[in-house]
Amino acid sequence: MSILVNKDSKIICQGITGNQGQFHTEQCIAYGTRVVAGVTPGRGGEESLGVPVFNTMREAVAETGADVSMIYVPAPFAADAILEAADSGVKLVVCITEGIPVNDMVKVKSAMRDFECRLIGPNCPGIITPEECKIGIMPGFIHKKGRIGIVSRSGTLTYEAVYQTTQNGLGQSTCIGIGGDPVRGMNFIDCLELFEADPETDGVLMVGEIGGSDEEAAADYIKSSVSKPVVAYIAGVTAPPGKRMGHAGAIIAGGKGTADAKFEALDAAGVATVRSPAELGSKMQEILGA
Amino acid sequence: MNLHEYQSKRLFADYGIPVPRGIPAETADAAVAAAEELGGDLWVVKAQVHAGGRGKAGGVKLARSTDEVREHAEAMLGIQLVTHQSGPEGLPVNVVYVEEGSDIDRELYLSMLVDREVSRVAFIASAAGGMDIEQVAEETPEKIFTVAIAPDAGLQDYQARQLAFGLGLDKKQMRQFGNLVKRLYALYQECDASLVEINPLITTGAGDVLALDAKINIEGNALYRQPEIVKMRDISQEDAHEREAAEHDLSYVSLDGNIACMVNGAGLAMATMDIIKLHGGTPANFLDVGGGATAERVTEAFKLILSNENVAAILVNIFGGIVRCDLIAEGIVVAVKEVGVKVPVVVRLEGTNVDTGKELLKHSGLDIITANDLADAAKKAVAATG
Repeated sequence: MSILVNKDSKIICQGITGNQGQFHTEQCIAYGTRVVAGVTPGRGGEESLGVPVFNTMREAVAETGADVSMIYVPAPFAADAILEAADSGVKLVVCITEGIPVNDMVKVKSAMRDFECRLIGPNCPGIITPEECKIGIMPGFIHKKGRIGIVSRSGTLTYEAVYQTTQNGLGQSTCIGIGGDPVRGMNFIDCLELFEADPETDGVLMVGEIGGSDEEAAADYIKSSVSKPVVAYIAGVTAPPGKRMGHAGAIIAGGKGTADAKFEALDAAGVATVRSPAELGSKMQEILGA
Repeated sequence: MNLHEYQSKRLFADYGIPVPRGIPAETADAAVAAAEELGGDLWVVKAQVHAGGRGKAGGVKLARSTDEVREHAEAMLGIQLVTHQSGPEGLPVNVVYVEEGSDIDRELYLSMLVDREVSRVAFIASAAGGMDIEQVAEETPEKIFTVAIAPDAGLQDYQARQLAFGLGLDKKQMRQFGNLVKRLYALYQECDASLVEINPLITTGAGDVLALDAKINIEGNALYRQPEIVKMRDISQEDAHEREAAEHDLSYVSLDGNIACMVNGAGLAMATMDIIKLHGGTPANFLDVGGGATAERVTEAFKLILSNENVAAILVNIFGGIVRCDLIAEGIVVAVKEVGVKVPVVVRLEGTNVDTGKELLKHSGLDIITANDLADAAKKAVAATG
């Protein structure tokens, strides 16, 4: 098993006729993902990559019964695309688009509460259940079906974690890149909850970054609600504090957000943390005795 | 994108938010003329830089005569002002803002930004405003309170009252303040701000509420729909290397170590810096070449990292996803030949077309140290610095 997506997931690509949409959707199809339609307003009736293109999400879902949307539309139009997808009845929206204004995402996040629909991203590599379904821009061939769940805020650093668990034979149940934007859809806790409930996942690798307090919140959640082993790494111990203007950011962060604070919270919650990103896979192997 | 105080106050005035009268000046003569035009017998001369903490750094001075205005303007214009937020090199003062003096009764703090924990725009306020606000936040956090706004309903009257009562305002001030926060919220939305901060927001001897300082950041991702605001950009306040990097779609931050890094992806770039440190080295920079790295971009990246003369070794760490390792390898070979790299180069490639990439490096005839994984790469880079 896996979480959120599998070989039966039917995917619509919003922005399928654009450069990014074309390139990556083709890769997804080659991986075996069931892409059933595309949506580009004004291009309805055409065909792209062997699937029909529709003008609206509502039409595309009605015609194909798709349950997932994958978004590559440019940033100025992406917030609208996310809400169109949610309103069409799909259960999962994966938004790859980078550079959506945060103020747009504040509105999207609030409006999403009206729908029974999860959002992954934006500004993320996507989600993959190895050998079944790849939705996003990650290189498929580094993955291997297995029993480790991976959740990460980063892109290429996720690949690093994936590759280590492929190399040592553990493999992955599902890997989710939740994205690096300050306001986003699914969070560490949402993914941890699903991995905890998934009988095919034996342990979770969690890759965080400096900024925000989601890793600290995840630490609390792991302590109270996760029985499976979690191995965590936080990138950015050496990142400089950075130039800034004004005090508000520091005040609202309230001492949270540094890599050290996150490591500390995770350690206190009993999470197996690694200080070296090269040890994510080996640490999990050691814990599982595999 | 950051705005200067005088630009922020102009925006405030456009939105009907009360600010003291003031005039920006680029020369001492213009500063004196500004003071004369404003009239009165008390002025404030304020250095215009994109950093807070100006007061403590000597960038805000009171003047009781036009001679003093001239003196302060001359002392500030043309210098690099170093504050605790500016970075060690400081920022150039090309403009001073000459403002009429205000009769300060109380100093309050008010700001707006997105509170990531609740994914909403929030007001942060404190009755203990002024230069020591960060100390207040650290030592007495109960003196700071936040009010988050539901985006569909917008700012409500009760929330304005929460803020006003929390700040200890009287009845007359509450009415003024209610208008002020509504206008601030409108400004935040319409200008795509990512930060609005007023420190201090003052009450005057006459009992009025006034924004004595103003800081506005505009979100970079929204600049495409803010043409009027883009015109206010002041590139003299931006780091030249970082700006040059951005022009080539590279994300670069200079650091004080001696191992230069070139990595694809911000998270992996930070992880690479961390692992260098873990093996006893120090990173010379953060450099993310991005998802669509090309041979040309790799060459530009090499030029950029070599502009830092402390660099004693270069560590290239690429995990090819969209990026093909063979293209990166070609880029490295071209760059090393073209730019004339004289320090050891350690390369770790993984992912798409990695075998072709490694072959290319092997047969290039260049003295490139290859590494098998992340830890191996860090060890070799640290060893290469001797």
